Amino acid sequence: MTNAQQAKIQVRNLSKVFGSDTKKALQLRDQGLNRSQILEQTGQTLGLSNIDFDVHEGELLVIMGLSGSGKSTLIRCLNRLIEPTEGDIIIDGENIPQLSEKALLQCRRKHFSMVFQNFALFPHRTVRMNAEYGLEIRGIPKEERAKKAADALKQVGLEGWEDSYPNQLSGGMQQRVGLARALANDSSVLLMDEAFSALDPLIRRDMQQELIELQHRMQKTTIFITHDLDEALNIGDRIILLRDGEVVQIGTPEEILTSPADDYVARFTQGVDRSRVVTARRAMRPVRATARIEDGPRTVLRKMVESSLDSIYVIDRERKLLGVVDAERADEAAKAGSDSIRELIDDDYPCVGPDESLSRLYSMFTKRHCPIAVVDEEQRLLGVVVKGAVLEQLATAGEA
Amino acid sequence: MNFEIPRIPLGSWIESGLNFLTTEFSGVTRAISRTTQAGINLLNDGLMWLPEWALLGLIVLLCWRLSGHRLAIGAALGLALIWNLGLWNPMIQTLTLVVIATLVAVVIALPLGILAAVSDRFYRVIMPVLDFMQTMPAFVYLIPAIPFFGIGSVSGIFATVIFAMPPAIRFTTLGIRQVPTELVEAADAFGSTRTQKLVKVQLPLSLPTLMGGINQTIMLSLSMVVIAAMIGANGLGSEVWRAIQRLRPGDGFEAGLAVVIMAMLLDRLTQSFRGRKRAK
Repeated sequence: MTNAQQAKIQVRNLSKVFGSDTKKALQLRDQGLNRSQILEQTGQTLGLSNIDFDVHEGELLVIMGLSGSGKSTLIRCLNRLIEPTEGDIIIDGENIPQLSEKALLQCRRKHFSMVFQNFALFPHRTVRMNAEYGLEIRGIPKEERAKKAADALKQVGLEGWEDSYPNQLSGGMQQRVGLARALANDSSVLLMDEAFSALDPLIRRDMQQELIELQHRMQKTTIFITHDLDEALNIGDRIILLRDGEVVQIGTPEEILTSPADDYVARFTQGVDRSRVVTARRAMRPVRATARIEDGPRTVLRKMVESSLDSIYVIDRERKLLGVVDAERADEAAKAGSDSIRELIDDDYPCVGPDESLSRLYSMFTKRHCPIAVVDEEQRLLGVVVKGAVLEQLATAGEA
Repeated sequence: MNFEIPRIPLGSWIESGLNFLTTEFSGVTRAISRTTQAGINLLNDGLMWLPEWALLGLIVLLCWRLSGHRLAIGAALGLALIWNLGLWNPMIQTLTLVVIATLVAVVIALPLGILAAVSDRFYRVIMPVLDFMQTMPAFVYLIPAIPFFGIGSVSGIFATVIFAMPPAIRFTTLGIRQVPTELVEAADAFGSTRTQKLVKVQLPLSLPTLMGGINQTIMLSLSMVVIAAMIGANGLGSEVWRAIQRLRPGDGFEAGLAVVIMAMLLDRLTQSFRGRKRAK
């Protein structure tokens, strides 16, 4: 689904060597030596090697890897806080590694805002002045930057804290300031370097949710770095898995989980709570039988008996889901001589979208016995999920 | 075995070097001398023009505003004692020298300190120079001061600046280098120029450390302007010097006590200033 989208940033053949004789290290790399062999022979660290990927306009891309995988180096190469050794980073037709110092300054101002792991707020500036920083250095007039900063602070829910100093705020709030500082700048790409890693787990969850909502609202191209796979799976539209400075796999959260590129990824994903990631679409089965709204109680009863169902979903001509009828009530109506099921339809039934996570589904089974209906945006019935299918999905994903 | 290693004529080299400098740059040194002397006179006359009680009141008020009632009471008692001992005028002269020497030292030290913070190469060059300046016995600076600026207060200031400047440079460099890398990265990531980064982030964040350096410079200045009495700088130092020459321990002790009182006041005052900045 993402291939059709336009690439905002193209990264091609990006490599970074830490050391003084970078050419030698790259030569050895091209001869097929790995990272530790290069370090042994030359004393140089191959931080990143031949990284290739696109960042699509408006997506939330997660770069995920353990410490030492090169993810922080990678994000810093994008805005040249670290100078890449070779390769291209193209944003809106400009090749970042080749920009002059002056052009780089303009590029950073226009394209990149960054949110840092330990917030990196300026302690001598108030919340408002922190949010205004990016605009201030660009020479934006006072009224305009006050307005933009106020907007950004509102977006992250920090109204009323404008005149506080960062050290008067909790960790979660401090990172909101960090986010507001980045948003106020109105750059085209948001870089988030382990932005939530320093927060405690509960606040972290909230912030992830808020980021998803914010991102949805603003459609801002976001690159998010994390070492936490759960976090990556939770917020990412796509995930890039990094190991030893190389890309291991690029894909949607579901692709990473269900078809890991190699053993490394598979081992990685073993500890994950799959139920949050595998979606209803995957566990869904086609509906064995549905009742039409024109059907009478006897027809409906026969359909249920044939497919051995306790209850049946009722749809209209456009396959729009109207409700559920259970066998007992249909039987009563048939005995009473009714010829319509309209008044039997119960509209209290479990119903989810195709992207709902399995953990949600699982909790819904406690309420009712009928299978969960999966519907699209127009309320058309796509299929149903039964309890067994959820358990099966969880089990097979665990073996992968 | 009998061979002689010739003595290296280090001293005479330095002397001829200094001679060269004094003759070639006499215009420059004379100009410096004149301006400094004018500055000293202006500040000294200004402070002397105020009646003792008025200046005393001002200082006490300043102590009270910046620090609190304890320092204010201490200042009142200490200054009253100095006044009573008849050391008021020498104290003003010493204060003038300290203020001017500190100003000059800070004006030179700030850019050097900043340069040493941003340039590793300059850092490697200046640090041994600072070590040299600080470990060389302070008296030695008095000698070349005389051919440059003649006997008197200007020579005293020259020697004092050399002696008192290193901590201001060191603390400036330290303060800037201590700014967390993440904050410097943040400033860079938003596209700050070097100057913006320095003015908006690095300098404000190194201010507490920088104030610590200035405090050190003031303290060293005070100790040096007293010693500079040996080359004719007037003030409390010359009172001590006179007491030594006349073998009058009582007079010497009185003048010494006045120096101690001044040192404590200056130290507490600059420290309270530093504390205020940090609390904000």
